[in-house]
Amino acid sequence: MFARAKQLTMLLLGSACLWGGSALAADSAGRSDENMPIGVTPVSQTVYDIHMLMFWICVAIGVLTFGALIFSLIKYRKSKGAVAANFHESTKVEIAWTVIPFIILIGMAWPATTALIEVYDSDEAELDIKVTGSQWKWRYDYIGEDVGFLSILSTPRDQIENKTAKGEFYLQEVDEPLVLPVGKKVRFLVTASDVIHSWWVPDLAVKRDAIPGFTHESWAYIEKAGTYRGYCAELCGKDHAFMPIVVKAVPEAEYNDWLAQKKQEAAELRALTSKVFTLDELMARGKDVYSKNCAACHLENGEGVQGAFPALKGSPMAIEADQLTAHIDIVVNGKSGTAMQAFGGNISDVDLAAVITYERNAWGNNTGEIVQPVDVYNHRKGE
Amino acid sequence: MAHGPAKGIRRWLYTTNHKDIGSLYLWFSFAMFILGGAFAMIIRAELFQPGMQLVEPEFFNQMTTMHGLVMVFGAIMPAFVGLANWMIPMMIGAPDMALPRMNNLSFWLLPPAFLMLAATLFTEGGAPQAGWTFYAPLSTTYANPLTATIFIFAVHTMGASSIMGSINIIATILNMRAPGMSYMKMPLFVWTWLITAFLLVAVMPVLAGAVTMMLMDIHGGTSFFDAAGGGDPVLFQHVFWFFGHPEVYIIILPAFGVISQIIPTFSRKPLFGYSSMVYATASIALLSFIVWAHHMFTVGMPLAGELFFMYATMLIAVPTGVKVFNWIATMFKGSITFETPMLFSLAFLVLFTIGGFTGVMLSIAPADFQYHDSYFVVAHFHYVMVAGAVFSMSAAVYYWLPKWTGRMYSEPLAQVHFWTSFIGFNLTFFPQHFVGLAGMPRRYSDYALQFADYNMISSCGAFLYGISQILFLVIIILTIKGGKKTTADKTWEGAEGLEWTVPSPAPYHTFSTPPTVK
Repeated sequence: MFARAKQLTMLLLGSACLWGGSALAADSAGRSDENMPIGVTPVSQTVYDIHMLMFWICVAIGVLTFGALIFSLIKYRKSKGAVAANFHESTKVEIAWTVIPFIILIGMAWPATTALIEVYDSDEAELDIKVTGSQWKWRYDYIGEDVGFLSILSTPRDQIENKTAKGEFYLQEVDEPLVLPVGKKVRFLVTASDVIHSWWVPDLAVKRDAIPGFTHESWAYIEKAGTYRGYCAELCGKDHAFMPIVVKAVPEAEYNDWLAQKKQEAAELRALTSKVFTLDELMARGKDVYSKNCAACHLENGEGVQGAFPALKGSPMAIEADQLTAHIDIVVNGKSGTAMQAFGGNISDVDLAAVITYERNAWGNNTGEIVQPVDVYNHRKGE
Repeated sequence: MAHGPAKGIRRWLYTTNHKDIGSLYLWFSFAMFILGGAFAMIIRAELFQPGMQLVEPEFFNQMTTMHGLVMVFGAIMPAFVGLANWMIPMMIGAPDMALPRMNNLSFWLLPPAFLMLAATLFTEGGAPQAGWTFYAPLSTTYANPLTATIFIFAVHTMGASSIMGSINIIATILNMRAPGMSYMKMPLFVWTWLITAFLLVAVMPVLAGAVTMMLMDIHGGTSFFDAAGGGDPVLFQHVFWFFGHPEVYIIILPAFGVISQIIPTFSRKPLFGYSSMVYATASIALLSFIVWAHHMFTVGMPLAGELFFMYATMLIAVPTGVKVFNWIATMFKGSITFETPMLFSLAFLVLFTIGGFTGVMLSIAPADFQYHDSYFVVAHFHYVMVAGAVFSMSAAVYYWLPKWTGRMYSEPLAQVHFWTSFIGFNLTFFPQHFVGLAGMPRRYSDYALQFADYNMISSCGAFLYGISQILFLVIIILTIKGGKKTTADKTWEGAEGLEWTVPSPAPYHTFSTPPTVK
């Protein structure tokens, strides 16, 4: 920390040079806290090369420009007896420093154009992932595979509120990462369900705005297995800083095993829809679902945030018997024009039933009412 | 002198004198600068360490939004309008602005606009939280309707003020120049403001259109920006940046003008390449209309669109480079001294150029995918907005303060102000290049551990920069109250221009008979 502060003070004397120095350090290490990661896809490597090329061109121009400036400031000081000349134009010089930068720009535009064409070439993908941003979680659907899940920040609230020590991946960890195979061209179909988000994973050099009502494409061909972390990059409301992205790239065989297991889990969960649960079972499950999906707005204690997110504790919606259908409806279908999103289809009917039951019985809401998965299923089907 | 100003509060409420109105603008903008700065201090205090310390994320978002809005619309723009009011008539040999009555109105629209904006902090839903760019649908469908509505009316009011101010400036420059002052003899500051005023008249109505569409979406049942109703959230961004990109040149062009006045003075040598400076300014203004979508490279435009906006954006480096080279050539073979206005101008030159370099890097679309919405962008635009606009404004105040007040500021104190500002500024924003490249997105109320060190340095720098602006206020008040009297017309040995032919302090009415320019 102190060493860095010292570096920065030096930097104020010759800022561009030190920036170059730290960028060089990044070259050898591959990864750094000061520079763009080289990444693990062909595109990310191209982008890194362009970034460094632009950087060094700027450094070179900077050295020339600031060199001329510093030379003038030292040589032509009045205190050293400098007497001002009286020239004030030179057509030749002015044309030269219009044309030369123009030529340099053409030199920059060429590699940038080829790189951009590469970035846009999302054809012939072997795997399609639909990425949906919603306040403040990501949903991943494996197109054609009947596998989809929400991916939610897993950093405990206590760490954010400084009550316990922060973990190594503070704010960069999720409950369910996006699992992708290595060595396959993966296409991302990026969209959003409420406001604009942006799906950014620096190591893949993918950043694509997730815009409600529109789907845009991006792609990655991951060359190296590993865990790559990213962020939402478009201001999307209060928990903008709390919707990270974790991509786990694994060898193809491992990926296939994982996918098969996911499919089986989904089938088991669907089978549970017809099971009849007890209040205790639902409460235990519901508490878990609630803290993952609902506590960000309505808070763990159900008290909400005044003026922004309504309280559930003591709310007529959650305690009055004739509001039960309305309660199920708002959880399943959301409420348009508010931050309350539709959870039907995003999480299972079992979890929906559990969380609604939990909301009607937690924090002294003790209604004793039980909502079974089949009730949610019927509501979703319009019965 | 025919007569002096009225006494008491009515002098300021009813005044039509360009110097009074200029002072009102300058004091108002300074108040907003302190307010916007206070918001920034809250932001930097919260980001001092990872974890939520002082404020809730909702309030953090309100602070980032209000900081941007207040600094752009309340501090920087009115500061340069104030400078224009004070200096343009004196520089072109006019007795006053062309439309003095409207001048009064255009100033007095501002305080209610910002009072409304600030009042939203105390409403139930809080202040706007969607960023200074207030992208839909976060700012429409998902915003508190009361806040959004007050905000929209505030924007309309300040827009009306800006348009009136610009029309006044255009009318003054076109009609009231002293005999013999052809366009190509106008001081560069006047030129840059003429071009800026045209930019303002062209784009403020676009902003008004954007917020009117928002108002209709919120209260009129339309769906301009709502995909569910057949609208398009990206339409908002196109409209916003069609205003917003020229807006950044509205902010920086007058700064170019100021620097073009100051560097020749302290180099004791005429500005190098006057005519290419004028052409460069005009080309920057024209280019600014066709590059707006470089703020939106990641929204999913077609390849051809991305290429067009990338090439057009890169082109802006050419005229901007010409300006930087001309300033350096002005100093080459000069006779240079380093009074505070010159120090701020030199800092402007170096730091603005660094901001220009990162600007060129940002123009490269494939690399921009990585830079966009990260702290790299935050660093870039603060090098342009703060080291560009605010530093040049400080330079302008020190440069013309003796002319305004007839008193000299304290040079040692002013140099302290310069160095604390310079060091504070760089400590704040230079590390943000690193955290941005390493992957920290902007507008984050909390961040991962690897960004902690640089954020701490950044916050320390911000507090230093913030405190040093209080020193600025002290220096100005000390000058007005009891600075050393300077009665000479020319405070600075190398200063040229009509404003230096009138006595110090500049009399309430100047040029009742026009001077002749040879």
